[in-house]
Amino acid sequence: MTTTINNPVMRPVTTVPVPVTTYLTPDGQLVSSVPVGASYADGSPLEWGGPLVPGAVVLDEQVAPRASWSGVVRAGQVLTIVDVGGNQSGDCLLYNAHDTDERYSAPDTLAWQDNAYIRTGTVLRSNHGRALMTVIENEIDRQDTIGGACSRESNTLRYGHHVMYHHGCRENFLTEGAKHGLGMRDIVSNINWFMNVPVEEDGALGIVDGMSAPGKRVALRAEIDTLVLISNCPQMNNPCNDFNPTPLRMIVSEPDVDYEADA
Amino acid sequence: MAPAADHSTDTVLNARADARAQGGQVSDWMPYLPASTSPFCPEDVDAASLTWAETVAPGSYTHKVLARGTRFRLEDPTGEACAHTLVYNALEPTERLNVADTQKIPWQAYLGTGHPLLSGDGRVLATIVGDTSGRHDAFCGTSTAAWNALRYGTALPEGPAPAGRDLFVKAAAKHGLGPADVPPSVSFFQGVRVAEDGSFDWVGSSGAGTSVELVAELPLIVLIANVPHPRDPRPEYIVGPLRVHAWRTPETNPTTQADERFDAAPEVRRAYLNTLDYAEARGL
Ligand SMILES: [Zn+2]
Repeated sequence: MTTTINNPVMRPVTTVPVPVTTYLTPDGQLVSSVPVGASYADGSPLEWGGPLVPGAVVLDEQVAPRASWSGVVRAGQVLTIVDVGGNQSGDCLLYNAHDTDERYSAPDTLAWQDNAYIRTGTVLRSNHGRALMTVIENEIDRQDTIGGACSRESNTLRYGHHVMYHHGCRENFLTEGAKHGLGMRDIVSNINWFMNVPVEEDGALGIVDGMSAPGKRVALRAEIDTLVLISNCPQMNNPCNDFNPTPLRMIVSEPDVDYEADA
Repeated sequence: MAPAADHSTDTVLNARADARAQGGQVSDWMPYLPASTSPFCPEDVDAASLTWAETVAPGSYTHKVLARGTRFRLEDPTGEACAHTLVYNALEPTERLNVADTQKIPWQAYLGTGHPLLSGDGRVLATIVGDTSGRHDAFCGTSTAAWNALRYGTALPEGPAPAGRDLFVKAAAKHGLGPADVPPSVSFFQGVRVAEDGSFDWVGSSGAGTSVELVAELPLIVLIANVPHPRDPRPEYIVGPLRVHAWRTPETNPTTQADERFDAAPEVRRAYLNTLDYAEARGL
């Protein structure tokens, strides 16, 4: 069923720097409609890392800044996500690969574990309460599933109508989901790998400076065949990517041993 | 004596007479039709203006399509109700409650008076305009069959401990929506708070007789499942009846610039602007 590739070729980042959308003003000036900073700054430290678990690598791909990605992780395989540039939110949705009506459920994940944050040992559950994936390794203190995804529409609320044409994660989810027959009704509350959303004592909640760094990783073991959608968050108005969108690396491995979470 | 002995149903005529004789009975939980006949019409509401009056049975669900501007009030007469709630734009139901935006946009995790229930489309579906409970939850969603089987030993939809999600799926189906159209929900009357380490502290109910009132900012499909909160620590499946009243008068309107809450926060102001813009363009 699974093809094991011993010498995987990394799919290269094809859009760095991101090609900008431009138009010519009447006085001949070339202007970009992509917000400034949409590609990461020259000299940004990038740490490409590697798989968090020993075993044969069956897939190894890069996700360009602002881009989307999807892949199926078979039961028993481990997906390592590398935060290559540090504090780059990987907005993530999960689906049962054979029945996408069963999908990731943030409230079930949180209610079952009786805790608002994702850490090592967290079972990522579906809307039927079933385990889709388990967090078996995690190199930052906690991961977020409260903050949701940025979108053109919610950006108008958070920042003003002037940002209506900024790219957003919901746009990425729609693009990537469409490849799998998924649409608006299939986009639910998501996970934000490497994003920091604390809930304070009075209920104040928001996206604040991240706790990750270049090369930090999280590893997820698929409990069933799982379709993973990723939006490499293009948001340029909050600290979800340090205001400097960087690549992500997605590595799928066949672990050598039956890997158990250490929490 | 078997119940059948109380009935004479040996012919169609007798059966019809027997069935008809049962009309007019009352139950502790039932819809009241017309709504103006509700025995529990709130004191501050003109009964003639009611458009929905119902007492939802514990462990059951209700659903309604409401006109834009409708006020609807949920009451917890026993202190044991838990109103798991979903709202959709009735005109385009792909627009539906988005819990993440509902918490993130107002920078506030806990629901209370003035809190908007936002869709993923940058608009307000409903606003909480009154709240005497203060114990609500937007983190834990509703229960699944797997959870209830674990907690109560059974989750059969026809059994004593149905799961909220299973009830939502049925309610949604009655509006042409499928299981994929049941997103994370919010719940009223049973609360949790997030501790420093992220764990949920159960605060439960604030007692009998509290209410939550909302205004429909767009035409809404409202789905409500009245089942125990998934983090209710009690080993038994405990839930009380839920009272629902909705009404429409010349004074019940969607939120506009004339309302103080319109300008309560810049994010929310823009959400109302988006909502009014949509309604205006659609000719609502
Ligand atoms: Zn984003």
